[in-house]
Amino acid sequence: MTAPIANDAALLQFLLRMGDNTLILGHRVSEWCGHAPVLEEDIALANTALDLIGQTQMWLGLAAEVQGEGKTGDDLAFRRDVWDFRNVLLVEMPNGDFGQTLMRQFLFDAWHSIMLGRLQSSSNARVAAIAEKAGKEVTYHLERSGDTVVGLGDGTEESHGRMQTALDYLWPYVGEMFASDAVDAAMFDADIAPDPASLHSEYDQLTGRILTEATLTVPDTRFAHKGGRDGRMHTEHLGHLLSQMQWLPRAYPDAVW
Amino acid sequence: MIHEWPLWEIFIRGQHGLSHRHVGSLHAPDAEMAIKNARDVYTRRNEGVSIWVVEANNIAASSPGDKGPLYEPSESKVYRHPTFFDIPDDVGAM
Repeated sequence: MTAPIANDAALLQFLLRMGDNTLILGHRVSEWCGHAPVLEEDIALANTALDLIGQTQMWLGLAAEVQGEGKTGDDLAFRRDVWDFRNVLLVEMPNGDFGQTLMRQFLFDAWHSIMLGRLQSSSNARVAAIAEKAGKEVTYHLERSGDTVVGLGDGTEESHGRMQTALDYLWPYVGEMFASDAVDAAMFDADIAPDPASLHSEYDQLTGRILTEATLTVPDTRFAHKGGRDGRMHTEHLGHLLSQMQWLPRAYPDAVW
Repeated sequence: MIHEWPLWEIFIRGQHGLSHRHVGSLHAPDAEMAIKNARDVYTRRNEGVSIWVVEANNIAASSPGDKGPLYEPSESKVYRHPTFFDIPDDVGAM
């Protein structure tokens, strides 16, 4: 463990991690708008994306306050460059086919629901309040993505194959959600957030149950791609996503609705 | 894909309503997903507190062609409306 970080700096990093996860995944999911295989799924995905963007407003809004540089949550979302983002790599992975999108969603939702559950007893009242509001939304996200993973995994030969491929592709990005560093240690010491590593066994239990029901095989590896949540390195996918997400406010900085 | 999913009729009980009202229909592979889809399609703007889904196949409906024999006979039976009675004031609103 490296040298301890001043509490406000660590809190800012923690809030960026929470808000960047929901921002990037929310944008990814919104890319399906108008393209989903059926109308019902299209609307459901758009609802999920909007929930995540709403949560982003709360996390990044608080992050901007803690940062104390007179910026807004929008500034953090739209005026930062790729190396300043703190989301886990999992959420920036491309949508792929519908199955891959829902597998990514499920793997994230499972972590998200456990994390938000713990954050509801955070010593920081603002964090606890955001977690409580977001928790209800994410409980539904997890129910829906879990059901779809089971439906497609235990479906036709074609859908089963695609879901197994998606799981094999995304599994190496799961481990990063449970990595702990000095920021996490500072949050844990201040009773603001749990140590991510402490969520791992509950996560394995939850995902194991659903993936077994989906007749899918969890890859036998603990190897994990890392670097997103500590900003060391992102995948090449994030830059493309940001160029699309940020071009309008950057091209027209004074644009308003 | 959509042709393999049955059609479901969706009934929602509103915030202040006592009965479920038909709001539309959608496709879903099973009843559970139909409820989830109904939640996403029909309660986005806080419309409901309860959802019923019925597979469209299971609804028996009267035939539009039978409109004459079914409904016209009642048109000439005004006495079936309780409008010929004087309601005592003590009864209040009915």
